[in-house]
Amino acid sequence: MIQVFAFYLFAALVILSGALVIFSRNPVHSVLWLILAFFNAAGLMVLVGAEFIAMLLVIVYVGAVAVLFLFVVMMLDIDFAELRSGLTRYGLFGALIAMVLVGEMIIAEGAWSAGAIQLAQRAAPVSADMPNIEAMGALIYSRYLYVFEAAGLVLLVAMIGAIVLTHRERRDTRPQNISQQVRRRPQDAVRNTNPPVGQGVEL
Amino acid sequence: MFDTASLLLTAPELILSIGATALMLVAAFAGDKATRFVSAAAVALLALAGLSLTGVAGSGGTAFNGLYSADAFGAFAKVLIYLAASVAILIAPRWFEREDRLRAEYPVLILFSAVGMGMMVSATNLLSLYVGLELQSLAAYVLASFMRRDSRSAEAGLKYFVLGALASGILLYGISLLYGFSGTTEYAGVAKALGDGVNLGELFGIVFLLSGIAFKVSAVPFHMWTPDVYEGAPTPVTAFFASAPKVAAIAMLVRVSVSGMGTATHDWQQIIIFMSLASIVLGAAGAIGQTNIKRLLAYSSINNVGFALVGLAAGTEAGVAAIMSYMAIYVVMTLGSFLCVLQMRDQTGAPVETIASLSGLSQTNKGLAAAFAIFMFSLAGIPPLFGFWAKFLVFEAAVKAGLFPLAAIGIAASVIGAFYYLKIIKTMYFDEPETRYARGDSLLEKALIATSAAFIVLGYGLIPALGSASAAAAKALF
Repeated sequence: MIQVFAFYLFAALVILSGALVIFSRNPVHSVLWLILAFFNAAGLMVLVGAEFIAMLLVIVYVGAVAVLFLFVVMMLDIDFAELRSGLTRYGLFGALIAMVLVGEMIIAEGAWSAGAIQLAQRAAPVSADMPNIEAMGALIYSRYLYVFEAAGLVLLVAMIGAIVLTHRERRDTRPQNISQQVRRRPQDAVRNTNPPVGQGVEL
Repeated sequence: MFDTASLLLTAPELILSIGATALMLVAAFAGDKATRFVSAAAVALLALAGLSLTGVAGSGGTAFNGLYSADAFGAFAKVLIYLAASVAILIAPRWFEREDRLRAEYPVLILFSAVGMGMMVSATNLLSLYVGLELQSLAAYVLASFMRRDSRSAEAGLKYFVLGALASGILLYGISLLYGFSGTTEYAGVAKALGDGVNLGELFGIVFLLSGIAFKVSAVPFHMWTPDVYEGAPTPVTAFFASAPKVAAIAMLVRVSVSGMGTATHDWQQIIIFMSLASIVLGAAGAIGQTNIKRLLAYSSINNVGFALVGLAAGTEAGVAAIMSYMAIYVVMTLGSFLCVLQMRDQTGAPVETIASLSGLSQTNKGLAAAFAIFMFSLAGIPPLFGFWAKFLVFEAAVKAGLFPLAAIGIAASVIGAFYYLKIIKTMYFDEPETRYARGDSLLEKALIATSAAFIVLGYGLIPALGSASAAAAKALF
């Protein structure tokens, strides 16, 4: 009973916040609604027993992607009048894509009810008593350790490449040299003088 | 679970990746002052990785649950790859010092690329094939645009990246189809699934997989990036692209075709025959109008890939052995040619790349002209030189497999190819001297040119050794 209640709560909130992403006038609000949608989608994933995907949604999408969106949206200078004028130009094309998507949904629904897809007959069904994080870890860190480590190398090369291609040493800047500052002694920096009255200080 | 045996079997990759990571730290902390040390250490690591192939890593069997196979085939290809990578590291400093000091990341990136290439040639699973390929390619994209102040180099890097990403997408699509229809990514499993008849989905998978790999070996019709990238990339990097990744991609293609799709030879044979013929003809015809020596050598490499694929089209053990011999000879010829191109610099030290500037080289620099002529004659397949033997082997394999039309057209097209190689020799020996190059002052480069020229001229003495090594390599696949 509680599952049914939770499902309808999460599902309704996903649809509601998804709609608000589109309809809210302020793009910053759109991104915030998007984050709410991600949270509720994560809740749905927990309900179907895919807790790993739920965590990914929260950590990767909410934690990284959506926050990045937020920054980008805040930095963009969006002209709303121009955006709305695009509606008449691209409206037809958009409607066409929407039609295609609706068609695909109907076909998928038809295939589903025709019984063409039987998830229970997968080649490697997930055992019920194993949490899917454990199942995934057991594969990644044992059977596929080799490619996992190599994927790490790929990321390392990507990082080196990004730095090599963009980093340049600027010689015209004067960065703070902390060790030099710390090494400085009072006798190097402070000078006691006794200037005669009315003559000022020589620097 | 992995075990120590797996680690021993992957010794070359382990040595290179741990070493490269350590050298990366040196480069990060010591900066470009350490380039000389990092380069020397990188060459030493490559030599060490090559040495490790004499042990269990060269013949031991499969590691990491069938993701990796340490056999004679992989060892043969890796020796060539490490050799070419070492040469690419050794010739770089002098080229880059004209602009700025060579950055210490260059040898490190070559090392990572070598790790990727080792994974490619040893892959016995579509997963490790893809990850290895991506590791190699990613390092290559960065290397292509390594001279970031040069707009041509940046353009080469960008083009290579965009087209390479497209090729990876095509390859992955093919892999996912094969996986979907066979239920496994292991070569043996795919071969088993293809064995009981090839359905439409599997056929599409094969076509997409071969197309993606054709991109990487720059076989026609997926060759168009090659001339632009080769022209724009810094010459030492171009020399690297034309040698090591070519060997790796060809070896990977051979392994996946033979052990992954060997049960459906008739379904992919015609694709390979088409790619091979188209590469030979287009590589030869496209080179004729070129005025830039690096573009010309790019078309030459397309042409050579076509000849190597003749051996694969045969689909026999002799054919695979012929490909391996071909690649060994090809690597030496190509590296030699690019070493000669490196010597082409005007009096101020700026590199010259036009073919016209070679005119009368025989009068101004006899040694360089002779070496260049040897490499060109050999690439053209003129008999006394070793390049002829390479072509002879692949055509012999094709004829023995009954592919007479392929062999006949291939031989006819190699005559077209001979035209532009001979044109360079004519420019060097019979035209009036025009530009005078600065005298090469690098003993190392001269020694490398002399060694490779000697290999090309006196190579026939090495035929028994090369033949038995490539036969052993081919045997590992069948």
